[in-house]
Amino acid sequence: MIATSGSQQRVLNIAIFLVLCAGVFIAVAPLLYMASTAFQGIAYVQPYPPRLLPETVTLENFTQAFSSRNFVRAMLNSAGVAIATTGLITALASTMAYSFARFEFRFKKFIFSALMVMIMIPGVVLLIPQFILAKNLGLLNSLPGLVLVYSAGPLAFNTFLLRGFFENLPRELEESAVIDGANAFTIFWRVMLPLAAPAISTVAVFSFLGAWDEYLLALNFLTDENLRTLPIAIANFRGQHSSNWGLVFAGSLTAVVPTILLFIFFQRYFIQGITSGGVRG
Amino acid sequence: MSLNSVRQVRGATGRTPRRVVDRSKPYYRPYVPYLFLFPGLALYLLWSVYPLVYQLYISFFDWRIIPGQTSEFIGLANYQAVFADRTFWLAMSNTAMYAVVTVAGQMIIGLTLALLVNRVTIARRFFRTIYYLPVVTSWVVVSFLFVYIFSPGDGGLINFALMKLGVIAKPVSWLANSGTAWIAIYSLGIWKGMGWAMVIFLAALQGIPPELYEAAAIDGATEWQRIRYMTLPLIRRTIFFVLIALMIGGFQVFISVLLITGGGPLHRTEVALTYMFDEAFGDLHFGYGAALSYVLAIVIVLVSVLQARFFGRGDQDLEY
Repeated sequence: MIATSGSQQRVLNIAIFLVLCAGVFIAVAPLLYMASTAFQGIAYVQPYPPRLLPETVTLENFTQAFSSRNFVRAMLNSAGVAIATTGLITALASTMAYSFARFEFRFKKFIFSALMVMIMIPGVVLLIPQFILAKNLGLLNSLPGLVLVYSAGPLAFNTFLLRGFFENLPRELEESAVIDGANAFTIFWRVMLPLAAPAISTVAVFSFLGAWDEYLLALNFLTDENLRTLPIAIANFRGQHSSNWGLVFAGSLTAVVPTILLFIFFQRYFIQGITSGGVRG
Repeated sequence: MSLNSVRQVRGATGRTPRRVVDRSKPYYRPYVPYLFLFPGLALYLLWSVYPLVYQLYISFFDWRIIPGQTSEFIGLANYQAVFADRTFWLAMSNTAMYAVVTVAGQMIIGLTLALLVNRVTIARRFFRTIYYLPVVTSWVVVSFLFVYIFSPGDGGLINFALMKLGVIAKPVSWLANSGTAWIAIYSLGIWKGMGWAMVIFLAALQGIPPELYEAAAIDGATEWQRIRYMTLPLIRRTIFFVLIALMIGGFQVFISVLLITGGGPLHRTEVALTYMFDEAFGDLHFGYGAALSYVLAIVIVLVSVLQARFFGRGDQDLEY
């Protein structure tokens, strides 16, 4: 395939492999360093020399993190908010997308373009009006309120993604079901939705991740300690115990490991989402 | 009603049902599409469209968030103040610089890794997975992690490594002045995003038919010639797409700066969004912050539109 001799080729391949391994080291070293610091135990002085693998493994920092009631509560809050957001986004985006893909109605083009405008505008620039709106609606310090805001942001893009998927399903499926006497809801629920499962899974993993990691809205919307989410709890570890980084990273690892597992197990859906454009992890 | 029964219908009639259904007449009642549309659209109107309009309204006021105080209509004064504000211009140029540096870094590293991974025959999936790990790690966590990695003492990972390599003689206080703080912020941006670029580039490279390479090899093209004159032009659209997506992301840099330097020292590392955040939620200048947000949103939309114009159609397709 390539116009070089065999031994040259082998040298080149080894060089490529070494560069790729160097890349692996750069990608992983900071994460290893974090884990090592978390497992090394309580240390108020930065250890010298720094270690990518811990000398001794202890769960001290994890015990301390989990003995804090706020941290455990924050985990449960984050899990609840992330699951609810995932459910809401998948439900709303799939029904909207289906409507655009499979039905004809007045103002369809206009409504769809109006929806697409927001894909270009980053969500963070709406922080101020969303905050004031939430305040006026009495939705500050409310986890369901946070779920609503979390769900609204990615809705446009996910609708766009799913619309493309629904459009590509064969018309004949729908028509056969109509002959069988099925109505629009049955067709959507029993025929189309199961077929769209891969695309919906893509939407679901990104929705979950987005809500699980969200920091800014949570920081401003929630002042009640009992309602705080995981990223806020981790930031507070740093604020309160700025010298014990082991604790900060024990909390961080607790938040990060589920997302890494999610990524590894659902990698197919991640790759599908990323390569269909727009989704950033 | 299940798929099975649909298949049975087809089997029983022995012909495609296409001829039976009149495509011009919808099988659903006219209100049905709106039922599907309404819940999502309502949420979207309330939390995205309304805030966008409301923000414009707020930006015309000396907005008071504290109950009992009245907000005064001041017309375009907030916008005039924004454009006369030296910190705003510093924040904007910092943001643009961040976008340029990190986008270049992510694209060069991402493309190189993708080209190399595409060349190896083993462990492709392994490499892809590992390079993507920083992307799925939360911004809050990696920001703290980089603060720790760039710690000032000689126990800081970067200081330790650079001293061992003989690059620096004594430990550097990276985050204490803006020049070195940017190094930490830039490297976080590149480190966290290179895997994203790599995954997209790899998908595009894998879409190139191998016959093209075989033809080039027969023609005696060198490795570099093949990359320069075949591969890169073939994935042109993907390159533009990644460029635009990363630029838009770069202009939204926020949490890393907020948590690493907080915009300091003396606003020197301020970016557009940290400044907006500071003005609104720190100093309670909500009208001013709203005007700032609007200006930034317009800049981001302009950047993406202009780039799409300049660099072709900004298509998201990965097909050849």
